[in-house]
Amino acid sequence: MLKIMRLALLMIVVCGIAYPLLMTGLAQIMFPDQANGSLIKTKDGRAAGSELIGQNFQSPKYFHGRISSINYDASASGSNNYGPTNKEMLKRTQESIKMLKKENPGLKTKNIPVDLITNSASGLDPDISVQAAKFQVPRVSQETGIDKSTLMTFIHETTKGRSLGLFGEPRVNVLELNMKLQNYEK
Amino acid sequence: MGVWQIAVVIILLLLIIKPLGSYIYHVFSNQPNKTDKIFAPIEKVIYAICGMKKRAPMTWKKYAVSLLLTNIIFVAVGYMILRIQQILPLNPNGISGMNPTLSFNTIISFMTNTNLQHYSGETGLSYFSQMAVIMMMMFTSAATGLAAAIAFIRGVTSKGKTIGNFFEDFVKGHTRLLMPMSVILTIILVGLKVPQTLEPSIKVTTLEGAKQVIAIGPVAALEAIKHLGTNGGGFFGANSAHPFENPSPLTNVIEILAMWSIPASLTYTYGRFAKRQKQGWVIFGAMGILFAAFLALIFISESHGNPALTAMGLNHSQGSMEGKEERFGIAQSALFSTVTTAATTGSVDNMHDTLTPLGEITPLSLMMLNTVFGGDGVGLINMLMYAIIAVFICGLMVGRTPEFLGRKIEPKEMKLITVALLVHPLIILAPTAVSFLTELGKGAISNPGFHGITQVLYEFTSSAANNGSGFEGLGDNTAFWNISTGLVMLFGRYISIIALLAAAGSLARKQPVPETIGTFRTDNLLFTGILTGIVLIVGALTFFPVIALGPIAEYLSIR
Repeated sequence: MLKIMRLALLMIVVCGIAYPLLMTGLAQIMFPDQANGSLIKTKDGRAAGSELIGQNFQSPKYFHGRISSINYDASASGSNNYGPTNKEMLKRTQESIKMLKKENPGLKTKNIPVDLITNSASGLDPDISVQAAKFQVPRVSQETGIDKSTLMTFIHETTKGRSLGLFGEPRVNVLELNMKLQNYEK
Repeated sequence: MGVWQIAVVIILLLLIIKPLGSYIYHVFSNQPNKTDKIFAPIEKVIYAICGMKKRAPMTWKKYAVSLLLTNIIFVAVGYMILRIQQILPLNPNGISGMNPTLSFNTIISFMTNTNLQHYSGETGLSYFSQMAVIMMMMFTSAATGLAAAIAFIRGVTSKGKTIGNFFEDFVKGHTRLLMPMSVILTIILVGLKVPQTLEPSIKVTTLEGAKQVIAIGPVAALEAIKHLGTNGGGFFGANSAHPFENPSPLTNVIEILAMWSIPASLTYTYGRFAKRQKQGWVIFGAMGILFAAFLALIFISESHGNPALTAMGLNHSQGSMEGKEERFGIAQSALFSTVTTAATTGSVDNMHDTLTPLGEITPLSLMMLNTVFGGDGVGLINMLMYAIIAVFICGLMVGRTPEFLGRKIEPKEMKLITVALLVHPLIILAPTAVSFLTELGKGAISNPGFHGITQVLYEFTSSAANNGSGFEGLGDNTAFWNISTGLVMLFGRYISIIALLAAAGSLARKQPVPETIGTFRTDNLLFTGILTGIVLIVGALTFFPVIALGPIAEYLSIR
């Protein structure tokens, strides 16, 4: 029994303490930027956020991200886990459609990019589809006065392709795109 | 494009199986081999510290007792740490101690390789608890499962009273397999932007001028063993859907392969031990067929979008994106969900609660079958158990004494196997039914209607299969859920391990019977088909009614 106790304690020290500490040390030496959250800096060197973590954009002057039930509060994560037949979810979707139609007169329901009106899994999704970014160009152009072709160039520049050209989906990082808008205005 | 990205991942897995399976065989065959040079000196130090210089072969009883005692000590120490984490070091975000029932649930959950989480990592655990409890148990529970599998394989393939020495298997599982693989994987993940730091949460000012607090921590080290050990408990509440745990489609593919490769390769290891590689491929084949069928179901269902949204006139070309991440889309989400429930890991890169009705059937069924790859070690044992049931049923049909790998299958083994077989549905269906009888259970449902039935069913299925994923809308952090799922996890893990180790001990002692022309072959396509059929028939007979009440009824209501 004493021997088993010694083995168990040794494993706790090796796997639970030595391993993560050693990994932290190695990570900080080898990849300090990535290990500390891939922060994006503004021109004056201040951290404006992480390229991996979405932010809440409400102003019509910015491109908007996906729905987040936690309002992109990154001290937590998750969504409200609405099932496919959940009444609250259906109501929320109806309201989103109504609002988008008000913002974009003449819009047909079938032209709405679905990712824009659905809640992401993490509530912190930093990306939207290319389609969803282009969809917002008329509004952003009108609100900011930046012409549409410039905005399309920004979208093009902040689009990430599939990993290795194969895995995942092409997407636009909303924070990076909006930083381009901000820098342009200045 | 979707089909291609899935196909490439499967091809990558097929390329891993032979080398990794052979390697695992060498690690546990206890024959001198090349890996001794590097690892034997390290193990010598460990054995010296623990006073285990002599490691005598064990009977199945001694093996099982050693396994249990070791696990009990981890549980005791881990429970203590969770309760008093507020006064322990490495708690920069000031997290308070965990309450008793939640600590009970959490500690059972991680020791049994389940990783069901009724807490949220950001707010529930200090960095020290994430390391010394969560990561530690991710290693030790996986090594426990591996040891059990190797012992079972020895039982069915070797002759004698012993099925090996638990401590030796347990230590080697760490030193030669899990630890080196985790170190390499951690570094790769950090390079691909998964954070690894002990600094407190980051505070930034957003473009719109609001304050954003970003939780961070030693994520990569946990992420590596979380998948290699088929554990699945996330550092953050959103698990592998969180951009810090799984920043890109590439890390998604790496995490899929990390959790899939050991369970899949063990079929090859088994073939090596059986000295007939075809035996291993038969097992792999049956797993592969079932896997492909369920993967197709979820992929097609999710691609077609949510019928309830399509009915509003929305375009479903993007598929059902509620509860999914943009970077993964449908293909990477569907594949991840299938692998994580097949290999009973339980990490999620999309929210299973939000799956379309037919899509829900895939994760649910794979956990109910609990044999398609399965967790490190235990999945293989479960499939071998079905293989023995298959030869037994075939034996009954043709009127011969059933044999498996040259051993007669007799009442004693069949009784033990039946226990292991029946425990699983019992601990899923009985507590599910009880939950609907009480407000304590029903009150937790967040998606009313047929979906609510699935929420409760999923929680117990996930606990029994030691998977750990959830329909996370369920309000499950209550004493009722913490204790009920805690017990289900406990029974789900240890009853079957003990029963099957006993069966292995009994098989090891048998006099092998020579193979004749009349011997029923277990290494050909016919047997692959029979095995697949038996798994499906037993599974369907047990679980189809409840699946009809949940997902199928929900599907019919919005079709």
